[in-house]
Amino acid sequence: MKILVPVKRVLDPFAKVRPLPDGSGMDTAGVKFEMNPFDEIAIEEAVRQRDQHPEIEIVAVSIGLPEAEDQLRKALAMGADKAILIESTETFDPPSIADELAALARAEQPDIILMGKQATDDDSNQVGQMLAAKLGWPQATFASKIVIVAGSVQVTRETDTGDEVLECALPAVVTVDLRLNEPRYIALPGIIKARSKPLDRRAPTTSPRPRTRVRRLDPPPARAPGRKVASVDELVGALRERGAI
Amino acid sequence: MAKTLVIAFDPAEVASGAGFATALGQPFDVLLITGNAANNAGAERTFLAGLDSVPPADSLTPSLVALARGYSHIVAVSSMRSKDIMARLAGALDAAMVTDAIAIESPTVYKRPIVAGAAIATVETLTEPVVVTFRPAGFPEPAQQGEATLEPITLELSQGSKRISESMHGGGRPDLTQARVVVSGGRPLKDAATFEKVIGGLADQLGGAVGATRAAVDSGIASNELQVGQTGKIVAPDLYIAAGISGSTQHMAGIKDSKTIVAINNDPSAPIFEFADLGLVADLYDAIPAIRAALDRGK
Ligand SMILES: Cc1cc2nc3c(=O)[nH]c(=O)nc-3n(C[C@H](O)[C@H](O)[C@H](O)COP(=O)(O)OP(=O)(O)OC[C@H]3O[C@@H](n4cnc5c(N)ncnc54)[C@H](O)[C@@H]3O)c2cc1C
Ligand SMILES: Nc1ncnc2c1ncn2[C@@H]1O[C@H](COP(=O)(O)O)[C@@H](O)[C@H]1O
Repeated sequence: MKILVPVKRVLDPFAKVRPLPDGSGMDTAGVKFEMNPFDEIAIEEAVRQRDQHPEIEIVAVSIGLPEAEDQLRKALAMGADKAILIESTETFDPPSIADELAALARAEQPDIILMGKQATDDDSNQVGQMLAAKLGWPQATFASKIVIVAGSVQVTRETDTGDEVLECALPAVVTVDLRLNEPRYIALPGIIKARSKPLDRRAPTTSPRPRTRVRRLDPPPARAPGRKVASVDELVGALRERGAI
Repeated sequence: MAKTLVIAFDPAEVASGAGFATALGQPFDVLLITGNAANNAGAERTFLAGLDSVPPADSLTPSLVALARGYSHIVAVSSMRSKDIMARLAGALDAAMVTDAIAIESPTVYKRPIVAGAAIATVETLTEPVVVTFRPAGFPEPAQQGEATLEPITLELSQGSKRISESMHGGGRPDLTQARVVVSGGRPLKDAATFEKVIGGLADQLGGAVGATRAAVDSGIASNELQVGQTGKIVAPDLYIAAGISGSTQHMAGIKDSKTIVAINNDPSAPIFEFADLGLVADLYDAIPAIRAALDRGK
């Protein structure tokens, strides 16, 4: 059984970042790049599934700049068996990423594509569902628990009102949510050790066909400065004055 | 073919869908998936699928593809449900997609927050059709014009995932994304019973909904559908009260459109005070009972 895990290189989600003054992109000076936190959860889950089903092979894939090797090395250090880096300096929007991943899935024939529900930079929450549609595979998004049974996968997924359990026949696309697991910590030596695992670099098999384009980025509108109140009575008084209660 | 299809998964989504479609400035139809009554807020036609519940995305989407073919824009209110289904629909239609639109410049140009709200992106769509999920706060609901004339249609469900079980949490309180008042709690709320008593108690007194941070949900203090933020629910109430919440960018991304933000935190240097309209440096276990008493006195 093969699990394919797409991972994206994103700006450190905990860094304070702002758009460049000319609006052409984010100011990345001095900001680290990390594996998208949801993809880290997906890799962790794949590794835990392999603990129970040793026949599982885990393939991590990233589409983007050569620097995404760092994130793939981390995936390997966490336990992925091999990695594929689809190198390109072109801009792939989410549908183009889904096109390229669909082409890869047709070649690699994984049983499960396990991936983040959302990239913390573009916050799109699109690729997994688009990929599932393009492949015509079942999908279970926002997973908080995954059980692989013969020929299918049972996914507990978070919903707007609680949760539900879906059973999907394999092959299927599963996107993960925060509650699925807590990824293991990998120290630098582990990442260096992962250098001996196979990492295959290739060119994209599709050329990106962007369906959207980011024209510019602006800082969010500033909120009017607030104030501290000295007591509960002052707080309740201020809320009454504003008509908030 | 400049026409919009509003997909409303339940009757409550019809009005906000009409608000967005009106802002888009094209004639629009509504498809109501569940429920059997809808107000007419300017739609040309209102289709009634009449399903008992919203099916899994993979079994519902093929029937939506067939219907969507006649439209330039297919739109729905942002929710976990719509993100699940609309992105699959966009994939099946090979469409352009805009997630979480907050403003419209034209039918091909939208604004949406990215990077946990650190930037507002102006996004241009380059192909048609266009699938959009939107945050309703920015799009006023048009006046209701009585009951809509409903045209029943049949959505043929395809084979797909099987729903084995479903559990709804909470209940009884207003919907978090619609509520006028939201009271949220964070990590220091100890356990589920304390959270319910302290945060739930104040919310009930104000007729509001309850929210939580990721830290509170992860530690089992609050249930998952209450998470507010970048990767949870987006709220825009008149009053948002944050108790024992530090003010991470991920949390703030979900509450920025609130009219008044109140922070109660015992650390005067907590980042949330940078965003709060009214900040109270206090232990929440003292402050919340005192607020409840003051509210009682004011009656
Ligand atoms: C990929 C990703 C996605 C995320 N998505 C979200 C999201 O959608 N929503 C979200 O909320 N978070 C999200 N987070 C988590 C976020 O980064 C923070 O960790 C989280 O919001 C912190 O929660 P908190 O404020 O409850 O806890 P803390 O940061 O621990 O803050 C607790 C606060 O309570 C105060 N306090 C302690 N005791 C008391 C007391 N007795 N009275 C008053 N104040 C007290 C402390 O001073 C402190 O400021 C995400 C993180 C990642 C990596
Ligand atoms: N450049 C990329 N390379 C590999 N996977 C990606 C890439 N972009 C997005 N993904 C995958 O798609 C998921 C959802 O991303 P998004 O739809 O952009 O929010 C991510 O969690 C990744 O698993």
